[in-house]
Amino acid sequence: MLREIWKHRVVYAAISPFYLLFGIFGLFPIGFSLYLAFHKWDGIGDMTYNGWGNFRYLVTDNEFWQAVGNTFVIWVYATIPMLFFALIIAFLLYAPFVKMRTLWRVGFFLPNVTSIVAVAIIFGALFANNFGFLNYLLQLLGLPMVQWLNVPWGIQIAISSMVVWRWMGYNAIIYLAGLQSIPHVLYEAAKIDGATGAQAFFRITIPMLRPVILFTVITSTIGGMQLFTEPQVLVGNDGGSGASGMTIVLYLYRESFINNYFGYGAAVGWGMFLIIALFSIINWKLVQGKK
Amino acid sequence: MMQTRAKSFVLYAGLLVGIILSMFPFYWLIVMATRTTSDIYRFPPQLWFGSHFLDNITRVLQQINFAGAFFNTLFVASSVTLLVLFFDSLAGFAFAKFDFPGKKVLFIVLLATMMVPSQLSLVPSFVMMASFGWVGTFKALIIPGMVNAFGIFWIRQYAEESIPKELLDAGRMDGCSFFRLYLNVALPILRPAFAFLGAFTFIGAWNDYLWPLIVLTDERKFTLQIALSQLNGIYNTDYAMVIAGTLLAVLPLIILFLFISRQFISDLAAGAVKD
Repeated sequence: MLREIWKHRVVYAAISPFYLLFGIFGLFPIGFSLYLAFHKWDGIGDMTYNGWGNFRYLVTDNEFWQAVGNTFVIWVYATIPMLFFALIIAFLLYAPFVKMRTLWRVGFFLPNVTSIVAVAIIFGALFANNFGFLNYLLQLLGLPMVQWLNVPWGIQIAISSMVVWRWMGYNAIIYLAGLQSIPHVLYEAAKIDGATGAQAFFRITIPMLRPVILFTVITSTIGGMQLFTEPQVLVGNDGGSGASGMTIVLYLYRESFINNYFGYGAAVGWGMFLIIALFSIINWKLVQGKK
Repeated sequence: MMQTRAKSFVLYAGLLVGIILSMFPFYWLIVMATRTTSDIYRFPPQLWFGSHFLDNITRVLQQINFAGAFFNTLFVASSVTLLVLFFDSLAGFAFAKFDFPGKKVLFIVLLATMMVPSQLSLVPSFVMMASFGWVGTFKALIIPGMVNAFGIFWIRQYAEESIPKELLDAGRMDGCSFFRLYLNVALPILRPAFAFLGAFTFIGAWNDYLWPLIVLTDERKFTLQIALSQLNGIYNTDYAMVIAGTLLAVLPLIILFLFISRQFISDLAAGAVKD
């Protein structure tokens, strides 16, 4: 056995950088963060053991639960329209007679390459309270203007629309690839059996697409729970009006690096981890089990 | 015939609405970058290009060290990309084409690491960087990111299909070492896979925000994203300048992407659907 391992030492050396680096910068910090979560520490003075104190505080911390609630609301506002429109775009692009497919795909994908900081600055201007483009549109339609960045729901919609804008094209491309991987013979067989277009859609397209839809739901969930840059750049470290843009990661950042509650920040990290894990499992079951 | 035409009309109308929504923020960004701040605050908004682009750009370059931030970002993103390509391809090749004790377990461990959210270890990672004396240096950005599980996985998939066993056997007969096989046989074949992994890594590193925000303390070391967010906070009143800076910061990446978009998008789609 040892001789086998020694024989392959060069191959082990080739894969070792990953494990070394993950050990140092991935595994060790996780262990350390568990340790920190049971301590009080401002980063400068001594660490003091706090037992379950941080976690006990976490479960009663209104600000934390508000951040959890905000994150969910923004996730719902963003994910449902994003995946719905992505599916529609994918169907449109899939049609056999559509021309210049590559050009369309590039156009839809471009927002995804743009940095979130830039997106937040642009959307800040689109949603601006008094001179923004959105208010201009509302006024054109004869509707009252909205102080988007002064009202909680306005902030949440602004953040969600950044997510939708940035990820809609990405998800459409994934769906399109899924559509293209469905074998044509299935549709031909259905046609011979006399199936209508709608039947083919619900009996073939949707079931065959399920793994891809599952993939996009899970990735959007994980991404949505980790939202940080959009609210931070748009409304700052305090989450804006009514702290309605305070997401879980923004709260983690503020507690850790603005208020220097390192121990508590670590506990917030574990709370977030549990929520993401739980939420991903629920999502998995929901999308998977809809047979 | 009539039906097809109606269908294609609906289809193109839908696509057009979608693409306008996708492209409008870019258009709006360019319009505002060519206007004065008082133009931007005017209502109703100015929808056509102005003539102040150069003034705005000049102010960006005067107010902040834009060129510095640009080269910092370029340096960090390029270093990360080159290192990732090297280490990931080495490991991916090893996993794809060699048998060794513990291979299966090691690969499962590798995949499992992708599930861990990075924010969980944000605080301890920062504390570690501080104790290494890396806070405020590019080391903190480059070293933790120089090899990743996703890339190894990606290269392994590609290598498994595209590198012929016979070629490796022939190389072994000639007495090639592992590294020679990697260099002379694997690398040339893996080149197309490098394009996607390289672009993916580069774009990610270029746009990274949270981690640089935490570890970069010295203004001279700021990357573009950090410089841009500072610009947004401090110089809020000179809005035209902030917007012009934003345009300057997104432009290089968009141009790069347009060059590689075709291959990039189809590789991305293939990777997502294969899983």
